[in-house]
Amino acid sequence: MRLAVALALASLLGASSAMAQQKQAVDPARVDAAVKAAFPTAPAEWQSRLAPDSTLKECSAHDNAPPKPVFDAIAAREKASIEYPPDGKFLGDWKKGEALAQSGYGMRFTDYPAARANGGNCYACHQITKRELSYGTIGPRLLEYGKLREFKEAEAKTAYEKIYNAQAAFPCSLMPRLGANKILSIEQIKDIVALLMSPESPVNEGR
Amino acid sequence: MTKLGRTLFAATCAAFAFASASLAQDDTEKALEQYRQMLKEDPWSNPGLLDADRGEALWTTPRGPNNVSLEQCDLGKGPGKVDGAFAELPRYFADADRVMDVETRILWCMEKLQGFKRADLVKRPHPGGGAPVKELGAIATYVASKSSGLTFAAKLAHPKEKEAVALGEALFVRRSGPFDFACASCHAEPGRRIRLQGLPQLARPEAARGVIGEWPAYRVSSTHVMTMQHRLYDCFWQMRMPELELGAEVSVALIAYLVNKAEGGAISAPAIKR
Repeated sequence: MRLAVALALASLLGASSAMAQQKQAVDPARVDAAVKAAFPTAPAEWQSRLAPDSTLKECSAHDNAPPKPVFDAIAAREKASIEYPPDGKFLGDWKKGEALAQSGYGMRFTDYPAARANGGNCYACHQITKRELSYGTIGPRLLEYGKLREFKEAEAKTAYEKIYNAQAAFPCSLMPRLGANKILSIEQIKDIVALLMSPESPVNEGR
Repeated sequence: MTKLGRTLFAATCAAFAFASASLAQDDTEKALEQYRQMLKEDPWSNPGLLDADRGEALWTTPRGPNNVSLEQCDLGKGPGKVDGAFAELPRYFADADRVMDVETRILWCMEKLQGFKRADLVKRPHPGGGAPVKELGAIATYVASKSSGLTFAAKLAHPKEKEAVALGEALFVRRSGPFDFACASCHAEPGRRIRLQGLPQLARPEAARGVIGEWPAYRVSSTHVMTMQHRLYDCFWQMRMPELELGAEVSVALIAYLVNKAEGGAISAPAIKR
């Protein structure tokens, strides 16, 4: 998140455009063709995985630090993708959320037919609870996430939106668009929001 | 995992459990570094050397439908010249009219000289957990071991070699798939980890020089030698991409990009890794 903010600031200052320009040495069509040829056993329904969508194309072209007009266009486009819980509630079951945060299962070519639900794999990149010491450091630390936000309802909604589509909040964020890309369901995202925002969750255990 | 590895791992885990949260990250790094050092202390304890020996036997034994050895295979320094060949790969081969890394070149020799069918060789080219590296990988391990102690010196000056490096760079930052990942998602920043696994910042020459020369490497966690092509295949698996074909232009281009970054770095293959 800090990274995304820094990148956003850098792009506002126009620092990245010159660098991005120099990288256009290879014709994108040539790259696309090489990628298509590299995965000859990919089934028809996997072909969409091989090519970046418009947002990813723009992110890669700008080193994930797009200039402001592109930044704003991505944010608007990605925000429009967010589907909200039909019952209007953002907090599910934090215990299920913890299990989802631990699980990296799903959507790899060895995960078909699916033996269980996809995980969110949050711990791969984030420190979330003090109990789990095997955590990654690509994403920001989320310790005491809810407590620091005084468990406000509006913050639960914001967390839901970030998990559903990180690029709506931070265009070109490195985080997967877990809801928009159909990795997690609305209910699963609510469970992870509960992990972050429930007063009972180990995320919010006192020091 | 070996018994020693398990014991160390258990001890490391126990150490983590007692560490206070504020110190956990530093302690984690130190403990992991200690574990890596212990793995390297006795180079003869590396089971990957057995695969290098197996690869040497496979190289010199007449095999395949044509019943010939690979001793006429030209790895770039002339037919049968293995010493130092790996250090100058990938390179452009006029006979194949393409840039090839060590595995792609061995694949080509097994097809053209020995008469193996390419389709068979690329069908299941990498071992599952616990199974030994396949024949092609063992041969690559042997060839790489014959450059151990040298430094990477691929010229990458031919227009096709330059094109491969540029393609590799474009691929390195290209995001796609349901998780929106590029290689750069994990390997562009210094000092990052996935869970407890440190991620080399491969776009930075100092970091690339430190790790690229370790492959093919014996992986303690999967108890077999993993080749560079297998390493990339596994990255794409994690990225939720389909199965990367052995010898595909994409894999050669990525290897050319990485080796170019690692130029001057020491080759220690087969190394031993967590």
